[in-house]
Amino acid sequence: MVTEPLKLHVPEPGCRPGDEPDFSDFEIPKAGETRKPDLKDDADTMRDMAFSIVRVLTKDGEAVGPWLADLSPDKLKSGLIDMMKMRAFDSRMLAAQRMGKTSFYIQCLGEEAVACAAQTVLQQGDMNFPTYRQSGLLIASGYPMQTMMNQIYSNAADPNKGRQLPTMYSSKEYGFFSISGNLGTQFIQAVGWAMASAISGDTKIATAWIGDGATSVGDFHAAMVFASTYRAPVILNVVNNQWAISTFQGMARGNSATFAARGHGFGIPALRVDGNDYLAVYAVTKWAAERARSGHGPTLIEHVTYRAGGHSTSDDPSSYRAKGESTAWPLGDPIERLKKHLIFLGVWSEKRHTQAKAQVLSEVREAQKAAEAIGTLISGNAPSTRDIFEDVFETMPPNLIRQRKEAGY
Amino acid sequence: MRMTMIEAIQNAHDLAMMQDDKVVVFGEDVGFFGGVFRCTAGLQEKYGKSRCFDAPINELGIVGAAVGMAAYGIKPVVEIQFADYVYPAYDQIVSEAARLRHRSGGDFTCPLVIRMPTGGGIFGGQTHSQSPEALFTHVAGLKTVMPSNPIDAKGLLLAAIEDPDPVIFLEPKRLYNGPFDGHYDKPIVPWKKHDFGDVDTEYYTTPLGKAKLVEEGPDLTIIAYGTMVYVAQAAAKEAELNADIIDLRSLVPLDMETIIASVKKTGRCAIVHEATRTSGFGAELSAVIQENCFYHLETPIRRITGWDTPYPHAQEWDYFPSPERLISDFNKVMED
Repeated sequence: MVTEPLKLHVPEPGCRPGDEPDFSDFEIPKAGETRKPDLKDDADTMRDMAFSIVRVLTKDGEAVGPWLADLSPDKLKSGLIDMMKMRAFDSRMLAAQRMGKTSFYIQCLGEEAVACAAQTVLQQGDMNFPTYRQSGLLIASGYPMQTMMNQIYSNAADPNKGRQLPTMYSSKEYGFFSISGNLGTQFIQAVGWAMASAISGDTKIATAWIGDGATSVGDFHAAMVFASTYRAPVILNVVNNQWAISTFQGMARGNSATFAARGHGFGIPALRVDGNDYLAVYAVTKWAAERARSGHGPTLIEHVTYRAGGHSTSDDPSSYRAKGESTAWPLGDPIERLKKHLIFLGVWSEKRHTQAKAQVLSEVREAQKAAEAIGTLISGNAPSTRDIFEDVFETMPPNLIRQRKEAGY
Repeated sequence: MRMTMIEAIQNAHDLAMMQDDKVVVFGEDVGFFGGVFRCTAGLQEKYGKSRCFDAPINELGIVGAAVGMAAYGIKPVVEIQFADYVYPAYDQIVSEAARLRHRSGGDFTCPLVIRMPTGGGIFGGQTHSQSPEALFTHVAGLKTVMPSNPIDAKGLLLAAIEDPDPVIFLEPKRLYNGPFDGHYDKPIVPWKKHDFGDVDTEYYTTPLGKAKLVEEGPDLTIIAYGTMVYVAQAAAKEAELNADIIDLRSLVPLDMETIIASVKKTGRCAIVHEATRTSGFGAELSAVIQENCFYHLETPIRRITGWDTPYPHAQEWDYFPSPERLISDFNKVMED
């Protein structure tokens, strides 16, 4: 009889500040190596997909394998520009926050391919239910950058009327559901939206987004149950960027199996994709969208990527991550990888890249100038206090009219 | 036509689904079986499985999916099997359904109805007897409704379904079959033999935010809702008091005009609810009356409520605000 006292197991990441970054136990299949199942295949026949990683781009920038999709050089170039725009936008808005022009900012540095590539698969009328790290969905759908900045600055032209934290955008027109800020809540809502599309005999699909850390919340499991039960036309995206603020991704999955493998118990086809490979994200999302649109139901996609920046402007990752971890990240940088591919194809060059970078920066600066001309959080011209009493209900009830008057409006 | 409250609620669903094919109804045991209380009986058969269906046992999922459906543009009317089970869905109700219109600047809205049987008097113990209305009335962006009879139940439910914002619809389950007045040892008059059971079979709505003066009298004002309306009536009668008895019907929006006019007339007020006292809806009512009728009050406002304990099983009738307790407090309100 063993009588040793029991010990609580608490998972820990492989390295912390002071350690050498170490991804040696991270298994990465070669580009082109992972198979492509048929759209109609049963989840049970593709369980291996949850333990592999779909990759298309090789180290040399060549695109190979069964997941190589029909993306024209022009579409690829436009994808590259989307990602560059996103990065320049993030960098300018981070700086603006540091200058005190707004209270808070969340960037998606290093994860640009995930949202930018996925968005190009979607059609008019489809609906994303994003987290705060999928701003790339808006950028790639051509949403005006200035409007995003108006929201970040909470100025008089903010469509959310100054009510939400910076980056919590909302645009029904661009298929971007209002971001809550509470983690995970949107995952089940996306499933409900997709169910409504099916109930209505519509052809639209929904995409749900959640981070690795938030897969722990009940909403994730509710979404999985409902999606599998009603075979909802929804793409369930887990963006595994390795870190939930200071908590490493192993904490949300008992440091075993994968996030994609969560789909197995629900009978949902699940796969992992190289989230820093624009072509792979595009191909996998397209496959999942076709499954959804043709009545085969949900797909769970784990995007394996890396949060190269802090969680938010209120966070300093150097106090919990090993120095140099982001450069040691073995899947590289999504912009550099797509750039290399375009150069490999002979349709891009270092020179054109430099020109494009300058062009993108000037576009972002122009948008910023226009937004700041309306106002920033500190420069005045904020939405009226009167606005906080609006939109609580469609029609303002008497108690709110009284309180609005009490507040002086 | 004579109907129980259950039949009136079923009839409201039926008419709403007939009139608007965007109305969908789902919840645990709601589809094939027609609900554990039968409030959705026959709807699946009549409207098909995509408009009335069973849900997994997951309240968070039921409400969260309904939020997504409402955002899409259809009209979910969902059932939480007992109000006591709603807590896993609370974040979806508070942070999502109630906030969506405001946080998106009106870009997305969330018109949905969340129905749930509420209250005690059925020997349900702490998991089938709670009255959580104050958890909803405190939330900006929610409307909270509680009918006390079949006629109102149908009209209020149809108004809730028509409403462009989320509505919490609380059904006092002790009233499903007849008006219970707190005398648990006496039989109830079934709705089939009661005036309030005579429900118009046509489509009609009862506006949210309008209280009903069920009795008029000069002695005092008694404010109640749900089951306690009948307990209050019985207690006032036994105490030989001629009271204004107000059935709120809708807690948010609140019909302040009716309350204020009555208390200004009587100068005395008792508030009755089944829910626990501390931070219960009675506290809000008491504050509203104090703010608006202070100089008209002859005696302090009294609250007669459930105790600040979990709802008991064997001791149910010592917890439930009884006619005896009401009479004792009414008499204190009537002191000079």
